[in-house]
Amino acid sequence: MIVITWIVEGTWPACVDAARTVAPADAEIVLLHVTGGEAGAAAHGAYAGLMGRRRPSRDPGPRVAELGAASARELLEAAAGRLGRPCTTAERRGRAEREVVAAAEGADLLILARDGDDTRLGPRSLGPASRFVVDHAPCPVLLVWPRAVPAGPVPPPPGPGHEPPHPPPGRGPEPPHSPHRH
Amino acid sequence: MAEAVSAVLLAVVLVTAVVRPWGWPEAVIAAPAAVIVVATGAIDPHQALDQAKRIGPVIGFLAAVLILAQLTEDEGLFRALGRWLARDAGPPRRLLARVFAVAATVTAVLSLDATVVLLTPVVFTAAARLGARAKPHIYGLSHLANSGSLLLPVSNLTNLIAFAATGLSFPRFAALMAVPWLAAIAAEYVVFRRFFRSDLYAPARPQPAAEPVGVPWLVITILGATLAGFVVTSLAGINPAWAAAAGAAALAVRGLARGQTSPLAIWRAADVAFLVFVLALAVVVAGVTDNGLAGVLDRVMPSGSSLWALLATAALAAAAANVINNLPAVLVLLPLAAAAGPGAVLALLIGVNIGPNLTYTGSLATLLWRRVLREHGEEPDLGEFTRLGLLTVPLALVAAVVALWAGLRVIGG
Repeated sequence: MIVITWIVEGTWPACVDAARTVAPADAEIVLLHVTGGEAGAAAHGAYAGLMGRRRPSRDPGPRVAELGAASARELLEAAAGRLGRPCTTAERRGRAEREVVAAAEGADLLILARDGDDTRLGPRSLGPASRFVVDHAPCPVLLVWPRAVPAGPVPPPPGPGHEPPHPPPGRGPEPPHSPHRH
Repeated sequence: MAEAVSAVLLAVVLVTAVVRPWGWPEAVIAAPAAVIVVATGAIDPHQALDQAKRIGPVIGFLAAVLILAQLTEDEGLFRALGRWLARDAGPPRRLLARVFAVAATVTAVLSLDATVVLLTPVVFTAAARLGARAKPHIYGLSHLANSGSLLLPVSNLTNLIAFAATGLSFPRFAALMAVPWLAAIAAEYVVFRRFFRSDLYAPARPQPAAEPVGVPWLVITILGATLAGFVVTSLAGINPAWAAAAGAAALAVRGLARGQTSPLAIWRAADVAFLVFVLALAVVVAGVTDNGLAGVLDRVMPSGSSLWALLATAALAAAAANVINNLPAVLVLLPLAAAAGPGAVLALLIGVNIGPNLTYTGSLATLLWRRVLREHGEEPDLGEFTRLGLLTVPLALVAAVVALWAGLRVIGG
């Protein structure tokens, strides 16, 4: 049995704990982290936009990319330490949602954590990348709370005459058939 | 003929500034182009000299600010800011608020270059240390380098270029731009909090701080004295560039004495090739505006200082900045805005400073060229960054212009 645990900044400890709990002793646990590269590329882009003062030695992009790689290594080490049993670590680069779905090919379970506010139940538990992964994962998915499950009632259903809520502006869910680019 | 020559030369200068053939400094093309503009008579030598006299002090001021920023980095100011950003745990929302505060202040005092070049790695390290996802914070920096650059003449090269044309004193410029600056930052913050809400709630896991936060009081004192110097010199009728030069000199003496910097490093921080490029670009642009472009733009440029005129000026400036870059945009539009008064010039600055946030590279030209090159392999999600820009830019523009309009009513131009 192969259990893929998606390690994301902030929420990963809950995923590691879940892997330890649910994976049988003979299961192969893979700790997977994806470095998106957006931060380095955005830093490089901002520098490229400063007309007239581009000098490669001052470009913050490569430095940020380096820091990102180092931080990913540390994160995976910390995750392996917290798991406390044999596992493999995998670091991928690219669009997180695509890489996770690809890595889950042939796996028996994928563990990931909710995003967003974890102090109450609802309303939205998945950011765009996690949403894509849940929608496209080729294996069973275990979605865990980043911290203790919050207490509290589930909000009541909308009364009669209420339209279903519109997606808020900004990062609404992707339309179902929108093409996702690499 | 003169018209055609200067238009072609401007196009060549702008294209090569984006494309940067063979990695040459931009000045290598721009300086000869400026000489040709003068030699072919496209611009009167006296006019060229006038333009050089206008831009010369701006360039001196810019050099002083560039040196000042690099010396504060040598003194450890940015390392201290990084430790402050990561000093205690808390949700990433708190880190975002701190990043906004630091980025807005650094941009205002040490210019957007300092935010892009010196602050970015520091913020990334702080986010990693707190176990926070870096993207909202890095995107925030990239936005605030532009929209946080409204406050002072030194915050952005565009402001420095336009400052003299406003006829305002340094403190008056700051007083009129303070509320627009805050309004733009607030607009960005509201959108960021909502846009990145799925990333900003993840519980942060602080790592033990490696070292206690030492505050570099001396650097902060010198920067404070420099800011006070801007006010004093300006009120005394002296060019405030001298205050920047004095601040840079104080830090340079200390840095040299302690072996933290070298004369060569200071010379490199001044970025002479960049200064030459700005001067040459100003001369080439003057060649084009003096040969017909001004007449064309004069018809589209709104006049008066009504709220609508200010909004239209800012929108036009934002559009122009987005097509190629805000540096040529401000050079082209400034003479026309200056004729309409200081309010119009400040609206122009709001447009050229906030507008570039529509793309992560500051202009469509640079963006397209990067797409052609595919130099990096990894790109920010273009759709995501553009959606963020479409949400923040109109909101920040309108908020800042309304604040400016109200300020002009209260304080007066």
